[in-house]
Amino acid sequence: MSTANSSVPLDSAASVAQSATTLGTESQPTPSTPNPQMQEHEKPSLFTRIAGGGIGLSIGAMVAALVVGGLLIAITDPATQKAAGYFFARPMDTLSAAWKAASEAYLAMFRGSIFNYEAKSFTKAIYPFMETLTVATPLILAGLAVAIAFRTGLFNIGAQGQIILGAIVSTYVAITWQLPLFIMLPLIVLGGILGGGLWGGLVGLLKAKTGAHEVILSIMLNYIAVNLLLYLLKTPLLQRPGNTNPISPSFEDYAIFPKLFGHSFRLNWSFVIAVLAVIFVSWLMNRSTIGFRLRAVGANPHAARTAGISVASGYILVMVIAGALAGLAGSAQVAGTERVLTTGVAASFGFDAITVALLGRSTPWGTFFAALLYGAFRAGGVSMQVETGTPIDLVLVVQALIVLFIAAPPLVRSIFRLPDPSKPKKKKASSKAVAEAK
Amino acid sequence: MKLELRQVTKRFGDFTANDRIDLVVEPGTVHTLLGENGAGKSTLMNVIYGLYEPTEGQIFINDQPVNFKGPSDAMVAGIGMVHQHFMLVPVFTVAENIALGAEETSGGRLNLEATRKKIREISDRYGFAVDPDAIVEDLPVGVQQRVEIIKALVRDAEVLILDEPTAVLTPAETDQLLGIMRQLRQDGKSLVFISHKLREVREISDEITVIRRGKVVGNADPSASTNELAALMVGKNVQLVVDKDQPHLTDQAFSVSNLNLVSDQGVPLLKDVNFTVRGGEILAIAGVQGNGQTELTETIIGMHPKATGSMKINSTELLGLNTRQVLRAGVGFVPEDRSTDGLVGSFSIAENLILDLFDRKEFSSAGTLNRSAIAQNADHAVQEYDIRVGNKYDAASTLSGGNQQKIVVARELTRDLQLFVASQPTRGVDVGSIEFIHKRIVAERDKGIPVIIVSTELDEVYALADRIAVFFHGELMGIVPNDTPRNVLGQMMAGATYEEARESVPATDADLETTTPETTGSVRADKAEHTADQSVLPWAEGDTP
Repeated sequence: MSTANSSVPLDSAASVAQSATTLGTESQPTPSTPNPQMQEHEKPSLFTRIAGGGIGLSIGAMVAALVVGGLLIAITDPATQKAAGYFFARPMDTLSAAWKAASEAYLAMFRGSIFNYEAKSFTKAIYPFMETLTVATPLILAGLAVAIAFRTGLFNIGAQGQIILGAIVSTYVAITWQLPLFIMLPLIVLGGILGGGLWGGLVGLLKAKTGAHEVILSIMLNYIAVNLLLYLLKTPLLQRPGNTNPISPSFEDYAIFPKLFGHSFRLNWSFVIAVLAVIFVSWLMNRSTIGFRLRAVGANPHAARTAGISVASGYILVMVIAGALAGLAGSAQVAGTERVLTTGVAASFGFDAITVALLGRSTPWGTFFAALLYGAFRAGGVSMQVETGTPIDLVLVVQALIVLFIAAPPLVRSIFRLPDPSKPKKKKASSKAVAEAK
Repeated sequence: MKLELRQVTKRFGDFTANDRIDLVVEPGTVHTLLGENGAGKSTLMNVIYGLYEPTEGQIFINDQPVNFKGPSDAMVAGIGMVHQHFMLVPVFTVAENIALGAEETSGGRLNLEATRKKIREISDRYGFAVDPDAIVEDLPVGVQQRVEIIKALVRDAEVLILDEPTAVLTPAETDQLLGIMRQLRQDGKSLVFISHKLREVREISDEITVIRRGKVVGNADPSASTNELAALMVGKNVQLVVDKDQPHLTDQAFSVSNLNLVSDQGVPLLKDVNFTVRGGEILAIAGVQGNGQTELTETIIGMHPKATGSMKINSTELLGLNTRQVLRAGVGFVPEDRSTDGLVGSFSIAENLILDLFDRKEFSSAGTLNRSAIAQNADHAVQEYDIRVGNKYDAASTLSGGNQQKIVVARELTRDLQLFVASQPTRGVDVGSIEFIHKRIVAERDKGIPVIIVSTELDEVYALADRIAVFFHGELMGIVPNDTPRNVLGQMMAGATYEEARESVPATDADLETTTPETTGSVRADKAEHTADQSVLPWAEGDTP
């Protein structure tokens, strides 16, 4: 079972990026309040409404997406379709077939991602969970790269390019030098940080100095990164000797992350690096003075400037950090699971990272758990397809639905009757009224 | 159609934007609302137009009580509004814009012909000269405004609200607009006109109601002198009393010399500004908004690196330092607009209280914030400054304007200062907080540091100032004692030097200023003749630089 490295076409990622822009920074409405005193009562921008939606919103969106996904499984299930043919004669047949299809698919997914209770040995039973963690590792890192930029008011669509640059530098280090593992690994990690940080920092620098929009910049740098990778993989610098395909030499044992729990599982030390990164980002954003600066720049650049915080250096700094995190995801890929650099190294991580960060409400631990969930979808989707014949594409649909629901907070709130944080009193009153009516 | 407001009050939290306003607009008249920025005119208009619901009071149309749920109700009732910022779709044609929201369709297709006909009709009747098929963004501003007026008229508006319509117009366009307003009045429409430009107001109004700090402070006849109108507008009686002794000057000083600033477009914003503020005194900077005061404070705080000249605290040069270094040098700064520049709305109260202090030793070590110190600081500030908060970790945006301003003031005053600069320290702040903030500012002066206050409210200037500096078009017109009569200040705010202003104001009038008791009633034009001609007031001309 390989990590889903089926490369999602670049243009689809770009179009997602574009729609993400319209939903984020670009469309912040500046309501022309005619009364200057009223500005402090302004509605929060869409940006903050999505990011500050609350954990209830994330869970609600996930549940709603799974329900819709279940309906899709049922509708596309041949047995259900057959039973629907005589729906009016025996409607229960259709319903039970639909239930069976959906529940079996989801159970298979559970067995494939969390715990396989049908397995014969303990190792096999927990193998799916280990697989989930493995798949989640690059998503955690790339998700952090998006989340941290998001908190600073930037939409980092460029995780894909940053992952690729990180992977390129890591690969160069891994195939060029032959040193003991304990020297090689730090060098490889450092390479990932450097490559990604450079690519991200470029976005920050251009934005700070020229005012260019970071979404456009990072999308364009994604294209450049993809083609740079393709080019380099055809030069002697990175190409496997004696091969005409764009593929690097395999990493030797001294240049890969050791397995974490023995050779039964693919899980390796890059997962530990991802967890450390979460802890680091958590400290950075919530406890450090740098994080205070970055958050102030993200929440109100004017006030930040007046308080003596440099907005421009905030943008550069956060993009360097974000790029470094995404670059680490690149290292984790090539020196963790893949052991080789191919054109598909970034897979759809750059795009999934946006979803993960959104679902995790741009908090470090939120992003961590959202990435685990996505890892579980990936890992579980495979066994779902194998065991029940439900196409793995459905997982992508569910993932897309989650984003859709998160982008429409009022919808999720009305489904689950969650309170609206932007107008606490009104909602409280109305929910009270509902309670009294009951 | 007769529009009447009885005891209309609008509150936002603790802040009263409109306080028991009575207003009658008779058909066929132009009724002007006169008042400074932030006096509450726009809020009142939004109440009439149904955008806000009044907290108390009632609106009557033709003596029938009405309640508007939104602008559409107001429109149906015959009220039209021309906003300060046009509500037009730039890429649509005039006809499309006017049809928008009330489209006539035939078989699912837009029928613009009927709208075009109406536009031509109205355009001919009032001489608007508007082509229904012109694209709005190609039209000059004055014509765009006419489109807005047509939009209201097409919907059969009988009461037309014009919210500072002349702010965006050239003098020639203004004259055309006044002509249109006269025609509309002849047709029996009621017009509510908002402006603070006295010339236009005197020219067009049938009645004038003056609003200050949310209250009606008087009615005036259009024949009243600009002087009297201005006096009413900026407030005649000093209601704000701050206990303060004579200043005890110290050796500290903030001195500005030959300060110049030119905008990116090449417009001079500050011209050769020279002044010195001694420790222990308050220099209040008066002037109509937009005459360089904002630029001066921004330059002091290091936001205009292109400024030339010199600014020194004692012997330390501030010019050339960035904002962070200026703050470090001991400058406390309260920005003009707290919600944009003073606070991060989504940050907690505790975080906002350290917004420019977070990297100091007390609050962080080795790059990590010291949470308990931050919490202690918040508890302390909340108590000392009487900030009414539920929880110090609530977002600052949940607080009322007065409490938000107290956060900014508390933050800036908690460190040891060499200079304190506050811009509009009490704008949009409730009366209780005003008193408190003023006391704090005076206390800071009594510590012996130089204090600069920028305010467009003359009441505030008089309440705080030891000396008054007047700005006009980026130039310092002079620094005068704090007992200078209002009309002298008024003339200086219009570009006169102290000597010129002093000469042109008759001594009797100056005496009148200091002896007249509170005037909340009406000022009539009886005694206006002898001053009317000489007085040139800032609001008499459109003087946006």
